[in-house]
Amino acid sequence: MLQINNLHARINGKEILKGINLTVRDGEVHAIMGLNGAGKSTLSNVIVGHPAYEVTQGEVIFNGKDLLKMTPEERAHEGVFLSFQQPVEIPGVSMVNFMRAALNAKRQFQGLEPLSAGDFLKLMREKRKIVELDSRLTSRSVNEGFSGGEKKRNEIFQMAMLEPTFSILDETDSGLDVDALRIVAEGFNKLRTPQTSALVITHYQRLLDYLKPDVIHVLIGGMIVKTAGPELALEIENRGFDWIKEEVGL
Amino acid sequence: MAEDTRQYTEFYAQVEKSVRERSCEVMNAPRNEALQTFSALGFPTRKVERYKYTDVAEDFAPDYGIALTPLEVKDLPYCYRISESPVDVTSYYNSLADRQDAVVALNTLLSVDALVIYVPRNTKVEHPIQISNILKGEHDTMVNRRILVIMEECAEADIVITDKAVDQTHFLTNQVVEVFAGDGSHLNMYEVEETHLLCTRYSSVFVRQGRDSQVRHTSLTLFNGRTRNRLDVSLQGQGSEVILNGCVIADKTQHVDNNTLIDHQVPHCQSNELYKYVLDDSSVGAFAGRILVREGAQKTVSNETNANLCATSSARMYTQPMLEIYADDVKCSHGSTVGQMNDDALFYMRQRGISEQEARLLLKSAFIIEVIETIPLEALRDRLHMLVDKRLRGELSKCEGCKLCK
Repeated sequence: MLQINNLHARINGKEILKGINLTVRDGEVHAIMGLNGAGKSTLSNVIVGHPAYEVTQGEVIFNGKDLLKMTPEERAHEGVFLSFQQPVEIPGVSMVNFMRAALNAKRQFQGLEPLSAGDFLKLMREKRKIVELDSRLTSRSVNEGFSGGEKKRNEIFQMAMLEPTFSILDETDSGLDVDALRIVAEGFNKLRTPQTSALVITHYQRLLDYLKPDVIHVLIGGMIVKTAGPELALEIENRGFDWIKEEVGL
Repeated sequence: MAEDTRQYTEFYAQVEKSVRERSCEVMNAPRNEALQTFSALGFPTRKVERYKYTDVAEDFAPDYGIALTPLEVKDLPYCYRISESPVDVTSYYNSLADRQDAVVALNTLLSVDALVIYVPRNTKVEHPIQISNILKGEHDTMVNRRILVIMEECAEADIVITDKAVDQTHFLTNQVVEVFAGDGSHLNMYEVEETHLLCTRYSSVFVRQGRDSQVRHTSLTLFNGRTRNRLDVSLQGQGSEVILNGCVIADKTQHVDNNTLIDHQVPHCQSNELYKYVLDDSSVGAFAGRILVREGAQKTVSNETNANLCATSSARMYTQPMLEIYADDVKCSHGSTVGQMNDDALFYMRQRGISEQEARLLLKSAFIIEVIETIPLEALRDRLHMLVDKRLRGELSKCEGCKLCK
């Protein structure tokens, strides 16, 4: 599904990613762990095409296509989704108009007619249940006045609406209480299929207990220094990152 | 005599006789004074505080044919030609307008007819009164429009005035409106401009409010060429309230200048003002709003906000909120902002598959809709939602779009 080769990227002239190699196959969930400032969020921003980041070297191939040549909206149409670490509040733009614009843009890309107003609202109602999102929230402006937990639930709700094939969860667990974390994680699991994959960025084991990733990567200093099975996350939870640094000689 | 006024004074010298014949006594009476004022002052330069942002002489310089056509008013409830007004308008006509303003004086000089909207006391007008000004003509034309709105005690009405242009020629409109809101009257007045790039609009609206009256004026510039709106409100009766809202959508080389004055002359009055601009391409916006709280106007409550969105780095906005207070027991605030597109919001929407163009449109629309949402008249509000959306999509004034733009 996703193949990243020797990816280098910088922001404001500062190199953050220094040669990332990563392959995610259909149906897999990969987790990326690492200290603050290691480049985790930069990696997710580069994959979705944030204009502030400059790719200086390497390639990102998504289902055989060169992702780096596409605009952010084209990447979304191809099935790439980012659950933002800090979802943006957009006063004045209603959730309904926002979701309809997003969904119909994707349908247009797929050569489908726009959804009728009735079908669209029905779909909103259905998908809302997945993350137990209150209808009160979907009738407001995008993320405006949402609590931290509600914003994260709203991200997963949007994921449910848009049905991406590859999702990045960028610290979706940060700022969530235990119940909200469970709802968000279970919501995500309901959306998994053998054809969908995900990259989960987190600091904590707690989220991974629910998501059960297939592969764990450790990102330090802009490079993936260690890759192993799910047991690695538990070890990091117990021992931190220092032993990995020593192991790879950093 | 200033050079720039000559074409108008010479024209008047030629047509004075026929102007006076077509018009009526009440409108003819102030013509000599208007001629003197206009000749002596000339068009205001940018050194005149209230004309700082618009070059008047340049706007009036082209050689326009000047329309001298009387109105035809038939079966329009509450609307009359001035000569057929059911009330004596002598004490109203030209009493509120700024007689020391050359643009107003030019209107007084050249107007042959005036529309009187008269709502008698205790009358509630059920349906909105709609005045559509449709500019038509093969030749470049100047139109002087004069309106008197007389709301007697406890009268209630909604008035919608729209400006449209059909033909692709230059039009210059010079409008003067005098509004008398009697004690306890309620007036909602809307002005919607939807013209084209070759149109220039000068509007001078003067409002006087009596005790416990409520006036809401909403100005919407959806499409224009060059526009200069002056709006003066004088709160002369205790307990009166005024709301001035406005929104401007401009792009290309459009120019929109709103200049307002709210004069709190007596205690216990309230004023609220909200103007929002969305400027794209190389358009220019100006807003100057002066709130004057006179000595003794205690317990005044006043709020003024001007918020602007410049979507490009070549769009320019001049903003000047002014608060002048000579009383010591008042609650007043004023503020203005000029911002750019929110890049984070744009990216968020693009990540969800919304094109950059559509995302920009959603943000602009969200910004301006706040003003539309304040409109109590539901049918108008719905129509404006549609018009704003079309405007931002570039579907308004389509022919203009293909003629002068790519």
